[in-house]
Amino acid sequence: MQQEVVLAMLAKEPSHGYELRARLRDALGPLGDAMNAGHIYVTLTRLEKAGLVAVEASADRSDRKVYALTPDGQQRVAEWIAEVSWPKPDLAEFHLKLLAAASAGLADPLTIVDTQRRELLRRLRDAQRAAMAEPERSNAALLLEGIVLRLQADLRWLEACEQNWTQRRSGS
Amino acid sequence: MSKAADTPVLRARGLRKEYGKGEGLVRAVDGVDLDIRAGETVAIMGPSGCGKSTLLHLLGGLDRPSGGEVLLNGRRIDDISEKSLARMRRTDVSYVFQSFHLMEELTAVENVELSALLAGRSPRAARRRAEQLLDQLGLAERMRFLPSALSGGQRQRVAVARALSNEPLIVLADEPTGNLDSAATLDVLQLFNELHEYGQTLVIVTHDARIAATADRMFAMRDGALVDQTRLTGGTTGKLGALVGLED
Repeated sequence: MQQEVVLAMLAKEPSHGYELRARLRDALGPLGDAMNAGHIYVTLTRLEKAGLVAVEASADRSDRKVYALTPDGQQRVAEWIAEVSWPKPDLAEFHLKLLAAASAGLADPLTIVDTQRRELLRRLRDAQRAAMAEPERSNAALLLEGIVLRLQADLRWLEACEQNWTQRRSGS
Repeated sequence: MSKAADTPVLRARGLRKEYGKGEGLVRAVDGVDLDIRAGETVAIMGPSGCGKSTLLHLLGGLDRPSGGEVLLNGRRIDDISEKSLARMRRTDVSYVFQSFHLMEELTAVENVELSALLAGRSPRAARRRAEQLLDQLGLAERMRFLPSALSGGQRQRVAVARALSNEPLIVLADEPTGNLDSAATLDVLQLFNELHEYGQTLVIVTHDARIAATADRMFAMRDGALVDQTRLTGGTTGKLGALVGLED
């Protein structure tokens, strides 16, 4: 995960590492389970070295560190919020795989499409079940809906691949 | 294991359906073998024109095959008399259609009880069962509504309640979300999950990936044949993170 995500979570108020973890768990739901628990602390240490966060004295005098944004950190968060970014699905690779398989006779493109569809349907099933298990309008449900919609789009494209390659094979 | 437990609820062997002759011969269903076990949800996916609706009609006895066999609970249904077939359709098999096929002049509860009445229940038992089903499906407040006063998702719920009212061995659904918006689709999705948990055997023909993904097994159909099958259970939750950039 990007350092900026951890940084931005500190924008609301200075926090302990474990508070950030709890907020992430709420935001990600079951997807957060796969995350390494130590990851957030490693990231915080890196951000501290980079001068983007500073450790404050703890109010409750425990030895837990409270992290706060430095002015540089605030600047970085503002830039990150304004950035336009979007994860890129690698469709070109799959497309070129089908073309290579067909032209060199390495495999039937339709078999590759079928294999891909199985995997995506399994993921869709998992994402859907996870989404239905979430309380309505929870943060995690919204994220899971995003996954479901992306998988649907990918499956539709596979359908287009299937039709196209079926027609090519029958020579029409 | 007992013989009953081994016998699939529905079995097809070498199932074929052809239309036309000579040059114009169309093999709508071309040699399908299929076993559906009790309590299973199976999805059949494929592009339009691949023969999936025809296959569903053959499986439920709405249409006669050109060749091959269909067995319901171990008994042939492809070669039985029209009269036995009609009885079987009333008692053992239920359909859910894309366009709901509700009687517009009957209320929700009357639509639901009708198929139980046709299956030979007493009026009182049929009404009780219909009310209970509509209540379970969250339509207790709308039992006396005409279909025209219900949303698309609610109408499909009524259609599902009707499909269950004669306690069929198997429910066959043909593009059940084809006419629904995405919120109503979610509603039907949830409903099919509930049916599955309740142990209802279900075959769904669809090109909607979301509905197919509720199934235990999925078959891909092309040119009248089942070309691929996969078990969807036993998933991949860890990999979901990769889709949102949480994992590599």
